[in-house]
Amino acid sequence: MTIQSAIQPSLLEVENLHVAVDGKEILKGLTLSLGCGEVHAIMGPNGSGKSTLSLCLMGHPKYTITQGRILYKGQDIQQLAVNERAAAGIFLAFQYPTAIPGVTIVNFLRSALRGVRGTDVPIKEFRQTVKTHLKTLGIADSFMNRYVNDGFSGGEKKRLEILQMAVLAPALAVLDETDSGLDIDALKTVAAGINAQRSSQRGILLITHYQRLLNYVIPDRVHVMVDGCVVRSAGPELAHELEAKGYEGLRPHTQTLCV
Amino acid sequence: MASVKPKIDINQDYDKLYGFHVPEKAFFKAEPGLDEDQVKQISAMKQEPKWMLDLRLRGYRHFVNKPMPQWANTELLNSIHFDDIYYYLKPTEKQGSSWEDVPVEIKETFDRLGIPEAERKFLAGVSAQYESESVYHSMHEDLQRQGVIFLDMDTGLKERPDIIQRYFGSIIPPADNKFAALNTAVWSGGSFIYVPKGVRVEMPLQAYFRINAKNMGQFERTLIIADEGAEVTYFEGCTAPSYSSDSLHCAVVELIALNHAKIRYVTIQNWSKNVYNLVTKRAVAHEGATVQWLDGNLGSRLTMKYPGVYLMGPGAHGEVLSVAFAGDGQHQDAGAKMVHAASDTSSVITSKSISKGTGRTSYRGLVKVYPGAVNAKSTVRCDALLLNPESRSDTYPTMEIDEKRVQIGHEATVSKIGDEQLFYAMSRGLTDQEAMNMIVNGFIEPFVKELPLEYAVELNRLVQLEMEGAVG
Repeated sequence: MTIQSAIQPSLLEVENLHVAVDGKEILKGLTLSLGCGEVHAIMGPNGSGKSTLSLCLMGHPKYTITQGRILYKGQDIQQLAVNERAAAGIFLAFQYPTAIPGVTIVNFLRSALRGVRGTDVPIKEFRQTVKTHLKTLGIADSFMNRYVNDGFSGGEKKRLEILQMAVLAPALAVLDETDSGLDIDALKTVAAGINAQRSSQRGILLITHYQRLLNYVIPDRVHVMVDGCVVRSAGPELAHELEAKGYEGLRPHTQTLCV
Repeated sequence: MASVKPKIDINQDYDKLYGFHVPEKAFFKAEPGLDEDQVKQISAMKQEPKWMLDLRLRGYRHFVNKPMPQWANTELLNSIHFDDIYYYLKPTEKQGSSWEDVPVEIKETFDRLGIPEAERKFLAGVSAQYESESVYHSMHEDLQRQGVIFLDMDTGLKERPDIIQRYFGSIIPPADNKFAALNTAVWSGGSFIYVPKGVRVEMPLQAYFRINAKNMGQFERTLIIADEGAEVTYFEGCTAPSYSSDSLHCAVVELIALNHAKIRYVTIQNWSKNVYNLVTKRAVAHEGATVQWLDGNLGSRLTMKYPGVYLMGPGAHGEVLSVAFAGDGQHQDAGAKMVHAASDTSSVITSKSISKGTGRTSYRGLVKVYPGAVNAKSTVRCDALLLNPESRSDTYPTMEIDEKRVQIGHEATVSKIGDEQLFYAMSRGLTDQEAMNMIVNGFIEPFVKELPLEYAVELNRLVQLEMEGAVG
């Protein structure tokens, strides 16, 4: 893809991935490559397997890889536990983040950072890190004392996901429909948060249903997923084409491209 | 890719921390089993007034005549061998007022449990009971000057028979239930507290109950009276060695909050899993008074405990906030009882229970509103959390509302630790065990945040201990 990725192994290589849930095959030979420093968008209609891909990358126990493999920094990660993937630098911003009543965000984040780094983080450093990111995301300090996702609005949940990404500083961030359910102001804030996290040290996979997020976060590549495979990949202009023509126009290719 | 995973400090188990025992020490030990002569012997040894002996004998007869409860857990209740229990064991000749006066192995036991350290740090007074008797007692001098009485019950009976005769058994009479009757017959130790009018005891008074001997029965009796406008917080903790044979703990606790007084009673029950914990706790709150029971049940084989508040004067307020944790083979049958007998009274019951493995929790509660108790308000909330497929939880709420102008609410939830919650926390780098601990600690947070900091830390630690191996 890029010159760099031709020399180094890609950050993420998904090769001919077949994934089943409860015996039903959802991903049917998906292939994808993401280099360090790149932002790729994955677009596709409902039910095309976008969320399956994201949960499978994170290691959700419900999803079984039946064929193919996922290479992260050149290594097959199939045997890694969920928390081991997190410690290795993989992060998933959930489409539907789960509430954990009674657990404050500050405690949750501190435990998470300790889990990811494998060592305790001095409280002072932790506070400083968090403070900086809160500012970028326009979140009040008092937010940190609320319980994780408990009674949160859609926008608050998504902001918390981005805050966690910022604090945990993963090498690979998968953002699953982080734009869904956001009004335009919240969308802009979240997009700014994502853009602030773009770096040469990080690859970002943006999973989205709509093109509108891509007006604010310009991807390097856009992949279109239909029925468990990537049916087309191109530059950011593809998103606009999809907006104009819809996914229907891409379906005929499905047969030929899917293995 | 190798990641260093954090380890949480939960590898020390109950047996090591609390389940140890030291060689048995007895100044006097009665024969196992119970009859009328034994009751007389206990009373004689304590040189009690005749009215107390008579009360004991009444209690004994009720204990013998009352049938075993046919509810909660009959299988476990019927497995108690009352004839094998030692009903009275006096470990030392006399009580110490400094730890130096306490026999060395007993002192070491309390050292290991951290009692003297807690006393130095944040307590206004301490009573340490070992087997049947209080072996150590102390209270800050300034409280003495303010007229606060904090004694073990035996000493209390000697020094203030006037107050004790008036209130002892006034809320929980000998015939109340089989186990309260047993306590009345053989009670020994426990605390007697009187806080004079308007005196606020800022730091908690604490009692710690330790069983060391095998097949021991502990029957402490506690009476707390807060006079008008007085305030006091009392904390009790308890542990025992892990034995294969059973021990019995039947306490009776009576609280009296006179007009506008406040009593807060905190329990962290952490008996070993061979202890039957059958306890009767009840309070009376007069006009404008508040009684709060904070009740944490982690240990024991079977616990049956339903702290109650009788709201007798207008504006009285009662609260029971409880957490029960039942691990493999344990049954925590706990709950609360609120009786509204006056206008503008209010009560809140919050019950949080966690069942792990084959553990079983039950909430059993009663809210009663008498006719004429207008504007009574009561809120009941029970949340149960099941950690494993074989875990069990039941709710038995009873409401008897005989007044129309009231506000009563009841809400109950049962949830399982969700795979999605675990996955979410693990995706942030927590191990499955850490994730589980975090979810459970979050679940009991409403209880923990009500506790004084020191106890909150202790409780979280205990819960972590219990959570060990929760991930299948």
